[in-house]
Amino acid sequence: MSEVTAPMAGKVIDVKVNVGDTVSEDDELIILEAMKMEMPLVAPTSGTVKEIKCKKGDSVGADDVLVVIE
Amino acid sequence: MLDMVMTTGVVHLTVGNLIMWLIAFFFIYLAITKNYEPLLLVPIGFGILIVNLPLTYLMQEGEGLLWKFYHYGLEWEVIPPLIFLGLGALTDFGPMIANPKTLILGAGAQFGVYVAFFGALILGFKIPEACSIGIIGGADGPTTIFTTVHLAPHLLGATAVAAYSYMSLVPIIQPPIMRLLTTEKERKIKMRQLRPVSKKEKILFPLVTVMVICLIVPASAPLMAMFMLGNLFKECGVVKRLSDAASNELMNIVTILLGISVGATMSAEHFLKPEVILVFIMGLIAFAFSTAAGILLAKFMNLFFKEKINPLIGSAGVSAVPMAARVSQVVGSKADPKNYLLMHAMGPNVAGVIGTVVAAGVFIALAG
Repeated sequence: MSEVTAPMAGKVIDVKVNVGDTVSEDDELIILEAMKMEMPLVAPTSGTVKEIKCKKGDSVGADDVLVVIE
Repeated sequence: MLDMVMTTGVVHLTVGNLIMWLIAFFFIYLAITKNYEPLLLVPIGFGILIVNLPLTYLMQEGEGLLWKFYHYGLEWEVIPPLIFLGLGALTDFGPMIANPKTLILGAGAQFGVYVAFFGALILGFKIPEACSIGIIGGADGPTTIFTTVHLAPHLLGATAVAAYSYMSLVPIIQPPIMRLLTTEKERKIKMRQLRPVSKKEKILFPLVTVMVICLIVPASAPLMAMFMLGNLFKECGVVKRLSDAASNELMNIVTILLGISVGATMSAEHFLKPEVILVFIMGLIAFAFSTAAGILLAKFMNLFFKEKINPLIGSAGVSAVPMAARVSQVVGSKADPKNYLLMHAMGPNVAGVIGTVVAAGVFIALAG
C-alpha cells in the first residue's frame, strides 16, 4: 500500500481518479495548485485506488495524505 | 495656415519617433497576446508611444506630466521602495528559513551581475553605467531601476526594459542552460520535505535581516527596509489591512506610475543609440551567467553536504519570483514526475531578491 501526500501546501483543483480505478506508475491522480502553478501529483506505483482523502477545492497542507493506492 | 500646421505634431515627426511607435506597439502586443509581463509592458508601451508624439512636452523638465511622475517617483526614489514594500507583503521566506543553505545559492546566482559589470567596462562603459547594466543579471526590475536612476539615469529605459524582458523570458532562457549543466541523475535528486517554520521565526526574520544587511550595506537600506517592513506586515498577523494595502492597492498604483515613467524615458533621441543594443546583450549575458552560477554552485555544495541539493534549484537564485522557481519545478518534473522542487526552489528564489538588493547597495556605495 502506498500513500500519495501533498508535497507542499496548496489547493486541490482536480481529482482525476475514482476509488476502485486501476492506475499505472506516473499516472496523474491529483492536480494541486501552489504558488499559482498547477502541478500534477502522480501515482508512485501501479495499483488500485483504495481511498481518496480530498476533493476538488480543498486546501491541503504539506504531507497531508491525499490518495491511498493498494 | 503654415503657422497652424507647424503647431501640430505631425510635421515634427521623425523616423526615430516612428521606430519608437513600432516598439511601443510591439510591447503592447506582447503584453496583450503573449501575456508577457502585461502589468508593466502595457503602461511602458503606452508611455513610449505618448512620449514620442512631438510637441507634447510630456517629459519637459519642470513642466511635463510624465517628467513629474519620473522625477518625484523615480529620481526621488519613491516608487521602487514602495514596490518592495508590496513584494515583502507577498513573500514567504519560510522555504529559505527552513533550508538556510539556499541563501548561498541566492548569493551565488548574483555572479552574472559581476560578469556583466566587467564585460560592460571592457566594452567602454563608465563604471556607474557598468553597474546599472550588471544589475540586470539579478532579474529584478525595481532593483535595476533603483540602481540605474542612482548611477546612470540616461540608461534607464534600456536597463529597465532589458530586466523586465529577461524576467518574462525566464521560462525560455533558463531551461537549456539548466539541462546543459546537469546530468539526468542530478535532475532526479529528491530533496527532503522542508521542516515547518514557526510564526516566531517568520516574525524575527525581517527584523534580524534588515538590521544585519543595512548595517553591512547601508546603501541597500531604502529597498531592504521596505522589503522587510512589508514582510513584517504579512507575518506579524495584526496588520492585515496594511499588508493587503501594500500588496494590492498600493502595489498596483505604483506599478502604473513605474511603468509609464520608464516608458517615458524612451524617447527616440534617448533610446535609439548603439549602446542600448549593448545593454541588452550584456543583460542577457548577465542573466545566463547568473543562471549557470546558481546551478554550478549547487553542484559544488553537493561535494560537501551529505544531504544532496537538486542543482536545478540553483537557477532559481535569480530573483524573478516565482517564475524561476516554477522553471525549476517544470524542468525537474520532466526528469522525474514524482519530484516536486517548487518549494525547495523558493528558498534560493527569495534569497536571490535579497542578494540582488545587496549587490545593488554595494554598487551604489562604490560608484554612486
